[in-house]
Amino acid sequence: MSGDTILKVSDLRVEFAGRRSSTAAVRDVSFSLGTGKTLALVGESGSGKSVTSLAIMGLLPRAGRIARGTVRYRGRDREAVDLARLSEKAMRRMRGAEIAMIFQEPMSSLNPLFTIGDQIGEMLKLHGDPGPAERRKRVLEMLELVEIPAAARRIDNYPHELSGGMRQRVMIALAMICKPALLIADEPTTALDVTIQAQILDLMRRLQGELGMSILFITHDMGVVAEMADDVAVMYSGEIVEQSATRPLFARPSHPYTQGLLVSIPQPGRPEGERLVPIPGTVPPPHSMPPGCAFSPRCRYASQRCDVPVALVEARAGHMVRCIKTAEIAAHA
Amino acid sequence: MTRYIVQRMVGMLVVVLLVLTIAFVIVRLAPGDPAALMLGPEATPAEAAELRERLGLNEPIPIQYLSFVGNALRGDLGTSIFFNQPVTRVLLARAEPTVYLALFSLIIALIIAVPIGIYAAYRRGSWLDQTAISTAMLAASVPSFWTGLMFQRYLATELGWFPAAGYGGPDADFWVRMGHLVLPSIVLGIVNSALILRFTRASMLDVLGEDYVRTARSKGMTEWRVVLRHALKNAAIPIITVIGLTFALLVSGAVVTERVFNIPGMGNLVVSAVLRRDYPVIQGTLIVVATLYVFINLLTDLLYLLVDKRVRY
Ligand SMILES: Nc1ncnc2c1ncn2[C@@H]1O[C@H](COP(=O)(O)OP(=O)(O)OP(=O)(O)O)[C@@H](O)[C@H]1O
Ligand SMILES: [Mg+2]
Repeated sequence: MSGDTILKVSDLRVEFAGRRSSTAAVRDVSFSLGTGKTLALVGESGSGKSVTSLAIMGLLPRAGRIARGTVRYRGRDREAVDLARLSEKAMRRMRGAEIAMIFQEPMSSLNPLFTIGDQIGEMLKLHGDPGPAERRKRVLEMLELVEIPAAARRIDNYPHELSGGMRQRVMIALAMICKPALLIADEPTTALDVTIQAQILDLMRRLQGELGMSILFITHDMGVVAEMADDVAVMYSGEIVEQSATRPLFARPSHPYTQGLLVSIPQPGRPEGERLVPIPGTVPPPHSMPPGCAFSPRCRYASQRCDVPVALVEARAGHMVRCIKTAEIAAHA
Repeated sequence: MTRYIVQRMVGMLVVVLLVLTIAFVIVRLAPGDPAALMLGPEATPAEAAELRERLGLNEPIPIQYLSFVGNALRGDLGTSIFFNQPVTRVLLARAEPTVYLALFSLIIALIIAVPIGIYAAYRRGSWLDQTAISTAMLAASVPSFWTGLMFQRYLATELGWFPAAGYGGPDADFWVRMGHLVLPSIVLGIVNSALILRFTRASMLDVLGEDYVRTARSKGMTEWRVVLRHALKNAAIPIITVIGLTFALLVSGAVVTERVFNIPGMGNLVVSAVLRRDYPVIQGTLIVVATLYVFINLLTDLLYLLVDKRVRY
C-alpha cells in the first residue's frame, strides 16, 4: 500500500447466507482510493455498490459476511490496518471518527425521536466528548457549514420537520462533524431533485477541499461521476467491469456496459426524446448468474466465446476492462 | 397540548355517560321484575314490593334514568342488597388487594418480558430467541389456576415460604397483607409476561431493521447504546399500549387468581355478586371498571406524546 493511498480493497468477496446456499453479492472487487481523492463506484441498481460500502464500514446486514479479501485502510498518521479483520471494538473507534458514511436514504436514516442537534452532537459525544456547551456550538457551526438556513432554530427540530434536501444536509453534517479522513457517500443525491442535487455536490466538493477528505462516492449517474470523481470503478452484478481515471474512461469507455451507461446520460444538446437510451434488460440476480461474463445476456457484442469466466485485464496503462472482446469492440467503434 | 387533553377529557366523560346508560339498561332489560329477580324465588310479594320502592323502580323510566346518572356522577352507585351498604364503600373495601396485585404482577411481568423480548429480537433465530418464544407460549397457555395450585402446594404448603391463601384477616399488618400477594403476583406476572414479551420482541424486530439503526451503528457506538437508546425508544409505543391494556385487565380483577388464592378483591366480589344476584354491585363494578379502562387509555395516549413528538393532537 503506497504512502498516498488511504483505502485499498483487494479481492473482496461478500456472501449472503440463504436458506440452502449462500450467494456472492460482491465478487473479486479490488480498487484503491488516493488520499484526498474521490473514487466513484458506479453501476445500476443491484450491482453491489451499497454492499461494498457496508462491507468496508463493517456494517453488513446480519446475513452477509466478508468471505475473502482485505480492506486495507491507512488514516492520518496511522499504521495500515485491515478493516475486514479488525476487532469490533477497534472498528467502533474508526466509525464516525475516521470513516464516516452518508446513506442512500435521507428520509429514513435519521432517528425520528431525537432532534437533529442531538443526533449530530451524539457523534461528538462518542468520540472525545467536548461537553454540552461546546458540543452545541460545534453542531451549530456544522449546520451553518452545510448551509442549513436558520440553523440556530433548526438545531432543535426533529427530522420530520425538515425537507429531504435538508435532511441530507443534516446527514452530511453528521458524517463530517468529526472531520473523518474517509467519507463514504452512498448515492447522497439520488433521492433529491436536480437543483438540490447540484447544491449538495457543490457543498461536498467544498468541504472536501477544506477538510482534505478522501471520498468513496457511490452513484449510478455518470453525469455526477464526471463532475465529482478522479477515478471510476464501474460495477456490474457484483464485479468491477471497468476501472480507470475519470478522463480516460469517458474518452474511451471500453466495456459495452460502460458504453451503455454513458449513452444513457442526459446531455444538454440532445432533443428530449432520445436523451435516455437505457440498456435493455436488468442485472441478473446472484442466484441465476450466466456461466461466463455476467453482462453477456444484455450485450449486443456477446457470442459463445463470452460463456467462460472473464478476468479484469489492463487494456491500456491504468485502464482495466473485464471483456474478452475489448480489441474488436474498439475497432468496431 | 392543553387543548388536546381537555378534548380527551370531554371524550372520556361521553364514554362514561355511555357506560352508565348501558349499565342502567342492562338491569332493566332483564326479563321479569328486577326486584323479584334480585330477591330470588323464596321472596314474598311484600318483600319484592318493598325493594321496588327502595330502588325507585316505581318511578317512570326517564326519571329513574336521570336520578341514576345524577347519583352516579356524584359518586353514589346505589346500595348493595347483600351487604346493605353503599356500593362505593363495598368496592373500595375490595380495591386494595386488587390494585396492589395488579401493580405487582405488572412489575413482575415487565421484569421478565421486556429484557427477554429485547434480547430475543436482537438475537433473532438463536436458541435463546426460540427458547424464549416457546416458553412464552407455554406460560400463556398454562391456565393460571393450575400454576396457582402448584405454587400453593409446593411453595406455600410444603416449603412454607409464603402464605397459601387469604389476605391475612381484617386486622393484618400492611406487610402481612402484601406477603399474601407474593404468590398470586408471580402467577399473574408469568401469565401476563407472555403477551408483553411477544409484543416487545415483534416491535424491536421491526425497529432493528430500520435505516436509522444502521446510521446509529455507523457513528461508532456500542451495541448497548444502539439497542437501548436508538431502537428501544422507537419500539416503545406498541409496548406501552400492551402494558396499558394488561394493567387495565389486571385492575378489573383477576377473577381466577383471586379465587384460587382466596383474596378478597374485586374479582372475587364480582363472582359473589353474580351468584347473589346483587345487581347494584354488579352494576357498580361495571361502571368503575369501564371508567378505569377509559382512564388508562387516556394515560397511555399521554405517554405516547411524551415519547414521540410527531404524535400531533
Ligand atoms: N440483506 C441482504 N440479503 C441478501 N442479499 C442481499 C442483501 N442486501 C443486498 N443483497 C444482494 O446484494 C445485491 C447488491 O445490492 P446493493 O444494495 O449493493 O446494490 P446497489 O448497487 O447499492 O443498488 P442501488 O443502486 O439500488 O442502491 C442485491 O442484488 C442483492 O441480491
Ligand atoms: Mg445501494
